[in-house]
Amino acid sequence: MINLREVEETNAMIDKENLDVRTITMGLCLLDCIDSNVDKLCQNIHDKIYRCAKDLVKTGNEIAKDFGIPVVNKRISVTPISLVGASACKSSADFVKIAKTLDAVAKKVGVNFLGGYSALVSKGMTPADELLIRSIPEALTETDVLCSSVNLGSTKTGIDMDAVRLMGTIIKETAELSEKKGVLNGDSKLVVFCNAPDDNPFMAGAFHGVTEGDVVLNVGVSGPGVVKKALESVRGTDFETLSETIKKTAFKVTRVGQLVAKEASKRLGYPFGIVDLSLAPTPAIGDSVADILCEMGLEYAGAPGTTAALAMLNDQVKKGGLMASSYVGGLSGAFIPVSEDQGMIHAAEAGALTLEKLEAMTCVCSVGLDMIAIPGDTKDTTIAGIIADEMAIGMINQKTTACRLIPCPGKKVGDKVEFGGLLGFAPVMAVNPYSCEAFVNRGGRIPAPVHSFKN
Amino acid sequence: MAQERAIITVVGKDTVGIIATVCTYLAENNINILDISQTIVQGYFNMMMIVDISAIQKAFGDIQNELTKLGEEKIGVQIKTQKEAIFDAMHRL
Repeated sequence: MINLREVEETNAMIDKENLDVRTITMGLCLLDCIDSNVDKLCQNIHDKIYRCAKDLVKTGNEIAKDFGIPVVNKRISVTPISLVGASACKSSADFVKIAKTLDAVAKKVGVNFLGGYSALVSKGMTPADELLIRSIPEALTETDVLCSSVNLGSTKTGIDMDAVRLMGTIIKETAELSEKKGVLNGDSKLVVFCNAPDDNPFMAGAFHGVTEGDVVLNVGVSGPGVVKKALESVRGTDFETLSETIKKTAFKVTRVGQLVAKEASKRLGYPFGIVDLSLAPTPAIGDSVADILCEMGLEYAGAPGTTAALAMLNDQVKKGGLMASSYVGGLSGAFIPVSEDQGMIHAAEAGALTLEKLEAMTCVCSVGLDMIAIPGDTKDTTIAGIIADEMAIGMINQKTTACRLIPCPGKKVGDKVEFGGLLGFAPVMAVNPYSCEAFVNRGGRIPAPVHSFKN
Repeated sequence: MAQERAIITVVGKDTVGIIATVCTYLAENNINILDISQTIVQGYFNMMMIVDISAIQKAFGDIQNELTKLGEEKIGVQIKTQKEAIFDAMHRL
């Protein structure tokens, strides 16, 4: 039988170390909603989401209460809307109509984010893909809980540089339009990917891939605070002890995720998809991935040794987590969003963490350059260049990479930008001032890489 | 009937009648105690009970709320009730 020490350990993780289940995300296929009339399509989308997800929030809260563990977010991901709207949408305004429908029904069922306002253009854009992408600035500034993502490349197809170039402009336009309308910077809800996973439960990049079933429940676990606390007890020990400690902790954290996922599946009557083993920080004190790196022996995240420490952390989390869940998927790794992690914010403010170091860190962990505020006067071609670099890392290394860059109009390096809530705040970081205009303006695509001769 | 287990933890300053108060409530609500362990460290009372809730008439959520209230209002301790599965998941293969 369970003993007192074990009960105390679990409850200390929950009460003192911020252990929680970060999200239950319901993936919904919307392909059966397709109609050539945009109003009918919107009605179908509303009806299906409402029918499937009306009990999601209530059930999530009940599970949280039964087990005494917070289930922080309840979310929905849907089939990429560029596919769903391809037949009905003749203009970007038509896509915005769908965006508003999604936003309204998400609020009606009470979820805090809905993802899938997306296009998958890793090799090329269809007219519908392009219309959707061009509608993003309007869509994200007219809605509150809608998240958008665009997959720009993959290891199998190479990188669609036309789309990368376009996204540079779209990201900039979204920031400027948000400023003009006086709403939350829409770029905090917009992410671009290389090798985007079909079953990611985390926002802003969640969408329900076309290879998935009709309705599926994916769960994202977290717990940077738990790992940090566990590492406090092994200060000064060697890497073997460090690895073992991270593994054991990740195992325990993931088992809770697996339990919640199975329970949600049972109560809602929809199949369980995957558990995403990510270490996802929040701006709360003690819920930071950067703090783990510091506990491992770095003065700040970004100091020499950071990439090695992160590589090890990420790998051990996977090793521990894989055995704890029957199906692991999504992004599964440590997240390093700047604004959502108190320790990363400190490091950036102290000048220890630069965009270039973050880029190196993205080579060894999920996901990418995440929640990074950059000066408002950064050129759209420069944004496209940063995206291209990040996509190239993903393409060559056969991993998911992403960019969620947030140009902040009127702000300069060192200024502080507040996003609010889970999105946190961030210091505006310096961007390399030299031009890549002639490179990103070439057009076309970067060919798929060779899959042998790895070095 | 198959057992359905929950774990009740009681944490707070030690005082007369903590166990009696909790046990009386459990008896009134058809909750069978399977195991009790407790420690007192520096005047702080720390108890865990494994109980069978398969015969309860009320909703589990109500039992949780009532126990928490009992702890706060009657004995000045923190009482938490959780289904056992979370501990099993974390500590048992």
